[in-house]
This record gives sequence, C-alpha cells and structure tokens, in this order.
Amino acid sequence: MLSTIGVDNIDDLFADIPEDVRFKGPLPLPRHVGELEVERILSQMADKNVSASTVPFFIGAGAYKHHVPASIDHLIQRSEFLTSYTPYQPEISQGTLQYLFEFQSQVALLTGMEVANASMYDGSTACGEAVLMAHRVTKRKKAILSGTLHAQYRAVVKNLSEFSAHEIDALAPAFGEKADLIEHIDDQTSCVVVQTPGVYGNLTNLTAIAEAAHAKGALLIAVVPEIVSLGAVTPPGAMGADIVVAEGQSLGVGLNFGGPYVGLFACKQKYIRQMPGRICGETIDADGKRGYVLTLSAREQHIRREKATSNICTNSGLCALAFSIHLTLLGEKGLRQLAAINHANAVKLADMLSENPGVELLSETFFNEFTLKTPKPGIEVIDQLAKRGVLGGVPAQRLEPDRPELANAIIVASTEVNTDLDRAAYVKALKEVLS
Amino acid sequence: MTTRFTNEHEYITVDDKGIATIGISNYAQEQLGDVVFVDLPEVGKDISKGDEAAVVESVKAASEIYAPASGEVVEINEALEGNPESVNADAQGDGWFLKLKLSDAAELDDLMDEAAYQEYVKGL
Repeated sequence: MLSTIGVDNIDDLFADIPEDVRFKGPLPLPRHVGELEVERILSQMADKNVSASTVPFFIGAGAYKHHVPASIDHLIQRSEFLTSYTPYQPEISQGTLQYLFEFQSQVALLTGMEVANASMYDGSTACGEAVLMAHRVTKRKKAILSGTLHAQYRAVVKNLSEFSAHEIDALAPAFGEKADLIEHIDDQTSCVVVQTPGVYGNLTNLTAIAEAAHAKGALLIAVVPEIVSLGAVTPPGAMGADIVVAEGQSLGVGLNFGGPYVGLFACKQKYIRQMPGRICGETIDADGKRGYVLTLSAREQHIRREKATSNICTNSGLCALAFSIHLTLLGEKGLRQLAAINHANAVKLADMLSENPGVELLSETFFNEFTLKTPKPGIEVIDQLAKRGVLGGVPAQRLEPDRPELANAIIVASTEVNTDLDRAAYVKALKEVLS
Repeated sequence: MTTRFTNEHEYITVDDKGIATIGISNYAQEQLGDVVFVDLPEVGKDISKGDEAAVVESVKAASEIYAPASGEVVEINEALEGNPESVNADAQGDGWFLKLKLSDAAELDDLMDEAAYQEYVKGL
C-alpha cells in the first residue's frame, strides 16, 4: 500500500512534524495487561480526583453545577436525536430542524433579542465571534473588554484577533461596573463587551452603556455565562444590547469535565446577515405546509468561502437539544423558581461565610456567584478547603495570575444543588482553614 | 444612451450626463436563480474599474459584482432591499444596482456591445 501511494516507509507520512517534537521509542505502557487489571488501575487513578458529585461543591466561574433531570438524558439518547447529523437536506431532517427552530426561539425570548442562531460551540467562542461580527458591522477594529469579562473569554477574543489588525482595550478586573468604561468609548470603537453577572458576581445595568456606545456608533455585546440568571434579571435585549452571547451549559448539559457545551448567540434583526453560525428558518413546502430549513446560507463558508461571516460550519446540536428540553420542562415559571432558589442559596452562603473574621463580601450585587476577600491567599484557602473535602470555589488569581492585587480573593458559586449540610460543611472547613 | 457588457455579465448604461447605471444581465440572473439579497456600496464611495462594487446573493450562491468602469457612487437602488426579486424579473431595468458618476468614459471602449455580448453568451 505504501508503494501504491509512492512512499518508501510509514515514517515518511509524518514528514511535516518537526523532528524535535516527535515521540521516540515505545510508549511507556505495559505490553499486555488483562481487562480486569486495567479497570482496577484506571479506577484507582480516577479515585484520586475529588469530583463534583461526591463532595460539597461551590465552583462556578463559567461552568455551573445544576441538576439535570433524568428525562433529558433519556430523550436525547433516542437514536433519532443522538445519531442524526447536519440537517443540510431538509426533506429528511424536519425533526432536527424543528427542534433547532424552537431552540432559537427560546434563546431569543430569554435574551430579549430579535433573532438567534442554532448555537455556537460555547460561550467563549460565541463571545469571540460577536467581537468579529461587530467589526464587520461597524467597519471598525477596536473592541473594549470590560473588567467584568471572564479571563478565559478575554483570551479567546485575543486569540481570534491575534493575526488580524484588530485592537483590544481590556480594562482591569472590576468588582462593580465602573463609570470609566464609558470614557473609553470613542469613534474608533466597534464594540463594548460587558459580562453580566460579571465574573466576580456583580450585575450591571447595561442601559447607560448601550446609549453611550450607540452615540459613538459602536455596538454593545452582552455576555451571560450563567444562563439561569435570566430567570431573575432583566434580559440584555431590554437594556439595549445589540448582540447577546451566553453559555447554555447550565440548562440540560451538566459539567462534562469542561465540555461539550453550547454557545448561545442572538442579535438585532438588522444585523442578521452578519451573524455567524447556522440559522434555521420557518417556511412552507410545495404543498403549503409549514416546514423548516437552514437559511441565509450565503453567510457561510461553504458558499462565501474566505468572505464568510465565520469559519464555523457546525453547531452544538445535541447540547442545544438538551438545553431546549430542559427549558421546556421548566417553563417560564419553573425557570423563575429555579433562579430564585439559586439566588437565595447564594445569599445564605455569602452571609454565613462573611461571618468569619477577615472574610469580606466584595461583590456589590450578585446572582448565584460572589467574590470573597480572604485573610489568606485564595489559592491556599481553596487548596486547604479541598483537603477537608469541600470544593469551595475558584481563587481569583487562578483566572488572573498577573494580578497580585487579586491574590486574596475567591469566587464562590451556589446553585439549587447545595443543601444546608453543604453550607454547614463549608462554614466548618473555612473556620478551620482560617484559624 | 450607450449600453455595454462585461464578460462577467455586468451591464453598464451611460446617459448623456456621464452617469452610468450598472447591474447584471438577464443571462446572469437566470444562472443565479432566485435573488434574495443585494449588498450595495455606500453612496459617495469611489470605485475603480475591476473593484468589487456589490455582492448579489441567491439561494445557492454569493457572487461579487465588479465595477465595469471607475467613478463615484451617486445612487443605489434602495428598492432592492425589500424587493430583491426585481433582479430576476427585470435585471436590465428595474433590477438595476447602482449609478456611478464616471471618471473616464473611455474605459467602456473595450467592453462588448449588445450584439457582441449575445454572441458571447451563445458560446457559453
């Protein structure tokens, strides 16, 4: 076979990989181990982890532990959903297209926007794509990133801008929205990116920022990593956002060790032709019956090539379906109740933890996640809590290693899964750690 | 009024005031299929011959439209926004795209006239 393709030996097929990164020699694994023994070895390895499902868990910062009802997994595992692929041929994909259309409708309603797409990979890449979209719409190149934006979302925006002549004005981390954000907006600004609830917990009223951005011809991009918050706070669309991106992981998807997740992307109708990603539309067939199709395809790579709105040529279909089913089961009333429980649990926990001397609540407002100042470095506090069997949150300095001023801060999330026992365990462990 | 055609199937019709109306030929609209959107330039923009002047989107393709001559965009066909079908219905009439104030009428000299264009199309 090698001679058929005109190659002397198999190593020639790896010619493009530099010598110095090639692995040499045999893999450091036993040549043969029985299945039973393999299971034993791997289970012991896995048991070294302290996992979210086994201990009091308060970690958020972009991915949240919520209860995913068993019915969702049961439904998405139906082979029609699980194995179906891209609905490019509408005649045989009406089921997929219908749920995508319903998903889009839900996203638009939740965010208060006019149109939404059929999903992106996750919240962070949706954020990066929103910035690129704003550059296309405004024909400008400078993005202002608020201090409320998650460091990893900021990194993704930077990655996507790195090889183009795009400018990023990233403001310092902010515990509460500062007025100076508006001062940074000028007539070179294409967009202002604000996360609410912010990475440190604080909520922002976007209305004044939207007005200031629009006055200079710039767009406001709102970022929502905890989608359940929209069951309690004013949607960004109602506050003047031009594009809303969000992470849908909190509904239906679960933590999944970091992914797959589902990015939500919504915008104003007038910008729909610049929106990246797949869009599902409603139409009628030759017999006048309602049907669904992927539409506005001329934005996409397979038609527009290098002038496409994005190089994304897929969506996060199964996760979008899980999100959609969960939201349907909750309904508006259920979502509001879920949000209320989340907020109540977080308030309870914040009150209990700030009773410790030297512990101070830094977030002026919050939904289900807040930042605490700690008398010892946050990294040490979290580590010590973990040794006592409590996963207490994320040290702020883990997200911002170049910001020593954040060394004594931890970001703590609390959702509907946390019980009184969880909170008691945290209080007890924290007291021990700080004594 | 002089009308000329490019081998990219754009037409350009110049009036006696040096204002040129540009669009795509009837042959082009047939090939494209149902037009759903035309992305037009901004009024006031300066375009050189051969520059991308507009983009026409149909259900199956997006095609760049190149300026057959140089000039300043003085008018665009705003009606196309709500009614892109007029490109299919009347490509060389109501479906016009933009009007240019020509900077050099001589640029039209090497373009095909109506008869030459029809011959060209027959050969495709």
